[in-house]
Amino acid sequence: MSNPTHLQYTKEHEWLTAAVDGVSTVGITAHAADALGDIVYVQLPAVGDTVTAGETCGELESTKSVSDLFSPATGEVTEVNQAVIDEPALVNSEPFEGGWLFKVRVEATDELLDADGYTAFTGA
Amino acid sequence: MPLRLTALDALHRSLGATMTDFAGWDMPLRYGSEREEHLAVRTRAGLFDLSHMGEITVSGPQAGELLDHALVGFVSALGVLRARYTMICREDGGILDDLIVYRTAEDEYLVVANASNAQVVLDALTERAAGFDAVVRDDRDAYALLAVQGPEANGILAKLTDADLPGLKYYALLPATVADRRVWLARTGYTGEDGFEVFCAPADAEHLWTALTEAGTAEGLVPCGLSCRDTLRLEAGMPLYGHELSTELTPFDAGLGRVVRFDKTTNGGAFVGREALEKAAAQAGDNPPRKLVGLVSEGKRVPRAEYSVVDAEGAVIGRITSGSPSPTLGRPIAIAYVDAAHAEPGTAVAVDVRGKAEPVEVVALPFYKRAR
Repeated sequence: MSNPTHLQYTKEHEWLTAAVDGVSTVGITAHAADALGDIVYVQLPAVGDTVTAGETCGELESTKSVSDLFSPATGEVTEVNQAVIDEPALVNSEPFEGGWLFKVRVEATDELLDADGYTAFTGA
Repeated sequence: MPLRLTALDALHRSLGATMTDFAGWDMPLRYGSEREEHLAVRTRAGLFDLSHMGEITVSGPQAGELLDHALVGFVSALGVLRARYTMICREDGGILDDLIVYRTAEDEYLVVANASNAQVVLDALTERAAGFDAVVRDDRDAYALLAVQGPEANGILAKLTDADLPGLKYYALLPATVADRRVWLARTGYTGEDGFEVFCAPADAEHLWTALTEAGTAEGLVPCGLSCRDTLRLEAGMPLYGHELSTELTPFDAGLGRVVRFDKTTNGGAFVGREALEKAAAQAGDNPPRKLVGLVSEGKRVPRAEYSVVDAEGAVIGRITSGSPSPTLGRPIAIAYVDAAHAEPGTAVAVDVRGKAEPVEVVALPFYKRAR
């Protein structure tokens, strides 16, 4: 699955949409979802929590492993995706769409990559 | 050391497999979704490359006596073309490995060890062979091993062989021709389903894999990696060396005392570990230490190997040896050693999942048993 050009990416394999009214949507990339395997449990920050760019804000469990979820941005969480909490496999099947994780009112971000930069980074 | 490659390595890569280092071998972990592969084996069929397993041939007039001395089972009592699950222990009763022994002829046996222990088993058998008229041969490079597992396995094999499949019982084997290649065809497996293991020449592995794939496509056969092999064996309550079994444990500790045959008549009943295992058997009867049990979680977080099992007060009462989401049950499951006082099925305990106590219920093993 190719990396959509309208998104920005981190080296921790999260993606971030351009902000709409200051709010961006966050998810993990297809590359990350493939590497993890079938995701069975997603723990997300709560609405109202403040997350910090580059720091852990949740957890993704797959059949074989537990991985930290890193926030690509600093700011207040405005919404979480209840659909992936109920059905974590959405992260595998639609990583860039229905498998989004949370929305954040972006105050700052770490250095982000564009789609080409991220594709080069993952060596795909 | 570079990873060892199986005869099917190029094929796995062409199928887009995610590979993993398993006991020094570069093995397919999964081809797509491990959950889908698991469910295919439960409902249809799966095809595995198990060429990492360690084959050792023991032959000679006293091959049976040697194995009765070296292993805990009564191997010489096995009929020709029959197989048995058994173990090899140290003098102190600690488990060196669990094995399947196939009797391939009157005076010849094929011992199949775990990849991680193949050298240890080979060394122990070679050492224990002293004084017996028998030869221990490292046959790891002589065989590739494919497995076809699942309810459709019989029908798929039937398309490729004239062998008497209805006559081939569970834990039996036959010299057979499959897809025009000579193989040992065994009705064994590690998934809890009906199925076959095919021991073939490495040069024939690709031909057989392709033939089995073509014969199985209509039945929904898919290639399966080691990830689903692990969840399949876990649901079936089968132990995995390094998890449920170790040199620190005897077969009695693992609830598998039945494999120890004190009733052997060969070698005057003597075998390596007998004295220690008699003590372990007595202790397991009178005052069992921790017991091996199943745990089922109501939540979604997965209890994993090495996590602690705790009681209502948070005191540690056990340790998880294997844990995974169960595709069949739809909830997380685990195998754990817990104190005998908490080992009764139905007991409510908890697992410390990274600092949070997740409630689990003790259940009898296995989690899954196929309908026969």
